[in-house]
Amino acid sequence: MSLKIDQDHTRFRKIVRGKIRDNLRQYISKGEMLGKQGKDVVSIPVPHIDIPRFRFGGKQQGGVGQGEGEAGDPIGGEPGEGDGRDKAGSDPGQHAIEVELSLEELADLLGEELSLPNIKPKGKSAIVDQKERYVGIRRVGPNSLRHFKRTFRSALRRQIALGSYDPARPVIIPTRDDMRYRSWKTDDQPVTNAVLIYMMDVSGSMGDEQKEIVRIESFWIDTWLRRQYKGIETRFIIHDAAAREVDRDTFFRTRESGGTMISSAYKLCANMIEHDYPTTEWNIYPFHFSDGDNWSAEDTLTCVDILRNRIIPASNVFCYGQVDSPYGSGQFIKDLRQHFVGHEGVIVSEIANRDRIVESIRDFLGKGK
Amino acid sequence: MSYVFQTELPRELREHQQSIAKHAEAFGLDFYPTLFEVLPYDRMNEIAAYGGFPTRYPHWRFGMEYERLSKSHEYGLSKIYEMVINNTPAVAYLLEGNMMVDQKLVMAHVYGHVDFFKNNFAFSVTNQGRDPQDGGDVRKWVDTLANHGAIVRKWTRRLGTETVETFIDACLSLENLIDPQQPFLPPAPSVASSIDGAEDPTEAGQEPHLLPVHRDYMAGFINPEEFVQAQRDKLTAEREQKRKTPEAPERDVLGFLLRHAPLQPWERDVLSVVRREAYYFLPQMQTKIMNEGWATYWHSRLMTERVADGTEIVDYAERTASVLATSKGNINPYKLGIELYRNIAARWDRGQFGKEWDECEDYDQRRHWDRRVGLGQKKIFEVRSLYNDVTFVDEFLTEDFVADQQLFTFGWNRRNDRYEVQTREFEAVKSQLLGQLTNAGNPIISVLDSNHENRGELLLHHDHHGVDLKLEWVREVLKALHRVWQRPVELHTVVEKKPSALRWDGSAYAQRALGKAV
Repeated sequence: MSLKIDQDHTRFRKIVRGKIRDNLRQYISKGEMLGKQGKDVVSIPVPHIDIPRFRFGGKQQGGVGQGEGEAGDPIGGEPGEGDGRDKAGSDPGQHAIEVELSLEELADLLGEELSLPNIKPKGKSAIVDQKERYVGIRRVGPNSLRHFKRTFRSALRRQIALGSYDPARPVIIPTRDDMRYRSWKTDDQPVTNAVLIYMMDVSGSMGDEQKEIVRIESFWIDTWLRRQYKGIETRFIIHDAAAREVDRDTFFRTRESGGTMISSAYKLCANMIEHDYPTTEWNIYPFHFSDGDNWSAEDTLTCVDILRNRIIPASNVFCYGQVDSPYGSGQFIKDLRQHFVGHEGVIVSEIANRDRIVESIRDFLGKGK
Repeated sequence: MSYVFQTELPRELREHQQSIAKHAEAFGLDFYPTLFEVLPYDRMNEIAAYGGFPTRYPHWRFGMEYERLSKSHEYGLSKIYEMVINNTPAVAYLLEGNMMVDQKLVMAHVYGHVDFFKNNFAFSVTNQGRDPQDGGDVRKWVDTLANHGAIVRKWTRRLGTETVETFIDACLSLENLIDPQQPFLPPAPSVASSIDGAEDPTEAGQEPHLLPVHRDYMAGFINPEEFVQAQRDKLTAEREQKRKTPEAPERDVLGFLLRHAPLQPWERDVLSVVRREAYYFLPQMQTKIMNEGWATYWHSRLMTERVADGTEIVDYAERTASVLATSKGNINPYKLGIELYRNIAARWDRGQFGKEWDECEDYDQRRHWDRRVGLGQKKIFEVRSLYNDVTFVDEFLTEDFVADQQLFTFGWNRRNDRYEVQTREFEAVKSQLLGQLTNAGNPIISVLDSNHENRGELLLHHDHHGVDLKLEWVREVLKALHRVWQRPVELHTVVEKKPSALRWDGSAYAQRALGKAV
């Protein structure tokens, strides 16, 4: 069905994508919706354009809340500046009820949001398996897919509506119209396997904020790649002057001091690939995050050498994310750009702050590799 | 664009609707006839995006709202249960596929809202006249907003979407600059009739200087009619120049712009549309707590005492619990509203009001105070008619209530960089809440002078009450004002405790400190 809103919606999408009205680009904010995945709250990006008005600055204003707590206790989350206040009332009595969403749906949403292409798995094992998912109910279908409960319920509803239901003799006879069937959707499921190898610099200059950025970004990368591949493995490597493999928890918690030898991590990564993941069977995704400082220019040359000869030939794509930190010089990304200019197998992305995470994910995954 | 309501409800729903309406009437609710329409979720999202009006004028922000609502619905984050619009007859939307208990709840809730629309004084300003037949209120806002849609579409066809939409953007930046008192004030005297006295030699009544005429028949040649008229016009213009406009600070900034800005006919049309709709929605913003509280109070009573059957009560309770959930970072208007009505009903049932009650300081006596006067129901109906959120909270938010409901104030702690609970002290909570509700949460801005610096510049004033404006947006709003006014605009406000002037002259933004004499 075509809706009147489609015009306004198309117009909005065009503005967001920068096709028209550049002056509005500056008001585009990363709005977000909060979904839940198990106990964790995850944020789903939704584009939003603010219409500037005379409004109060949020932090000076404060507010009134309700619940337990004593003076000085923090309030969970950010109450948001005048959240909803200006909207209040323009839609009277609109009730919204919150429910949860699944991680699969979340990944679809992300994919749609960032216009991510589906990944084309490389090599001969790019055989696609089709898988049916039951996603809803419809009125026609084969008997084997009849949804008994729904059928019964609609028959019951009809009989009650017609007044032909007798509680003393509760016989329900479904007619053709009452029949309900499960409906399905066919999803393409690549049968190939993939491995994600995360590497991170944990030297002193990578602070909590930097690691948080890596954590959020890798969550989304995981989520998206999981949607693309049936079997997926993740490995974690941390490094300062030396590298070692750790589990996910340690990966995000560890903080060391001391120098940074990126080549140590790349060596370990290359060994891992050569030992565990034959390139004919695996799609390989090495990700490396750091603040861009390396011990020496000489070590950087070693890195380039390992990348060029051992890691890149084996991988779908090698991704380097540079997180801004107050201490880092940010040199490494420049080196990579210089050595791999125009190279298809390398993607580098600068992540200045949290707001840039979404863009950075798009950098990494937007090429569909 | 025409739109036909499909108001033929399925029989089962219709029967419930009729019975709920009867019960509501028996409880004393007094509402307009109400049309219910059942919508599939995409239509529901569409209409919600348009603020309840399917025929509203086109603008991208409705598309933005639609995207947010649809995403949120499709990914299972939330769904809209109902919508109701203030119109005669009232129009309410039900979501297709909801459980019957939800539909009943929504209908009960809607009758509460419609009673409120009809009886609360703030909504009287949305009356558009009286019905000649039955003397009832006329509120044809569905038609009015459809007409607005037609007007904007007409100009869009002639001038192009881009031109019109960009101007709407500017108008929307000014949308909240209206005067809540305006609908209750006598109409402003017109410019001509407000002239009084003759202290000024150029004041009214004085003829322009004409060349001397010695022979009457020559008059028309020496001082031709057009010349005389031109001289008169010039005099009038001079007088206009000298008189300060507006004479007193004008809070209806949009109205002021309509009267005085150099607008093209199409711009005038568009700005009028935005202003009229802003005034239409204003009462809803002024009574959010009261209106939602009232609807929730009545759906609770209707459902539990009359409507819900045994099998539905658990589902009902679950829905209501989620509607009434509280959060630490925000006030839930549904919750605060219903609790206040319940509190008022209980107090007026037990006679806990008046001089004797106010003066009683014996804790025990107060606790067991029950004069069995049973005035609770009568009182809450009176309250729903005569108050808005500000006066409601001012009058009925008591110290006991604040303690019972665990209300507190919170604020930003710079040192920890986080929001923290500040205090549970009654006066502080109340004044914070009142501050937030004042002027429907908007800063109070008025036009001071339309001939600032004697250069036809527009001067606005922000009535500062302790909270600064969001500065990065001030610049953008000033640009929007400039777009309409076509001359430099300046806002006087306070920035970090210093009186300041913020100014956009058409090409550059400037901020400067002001002397004390603001």
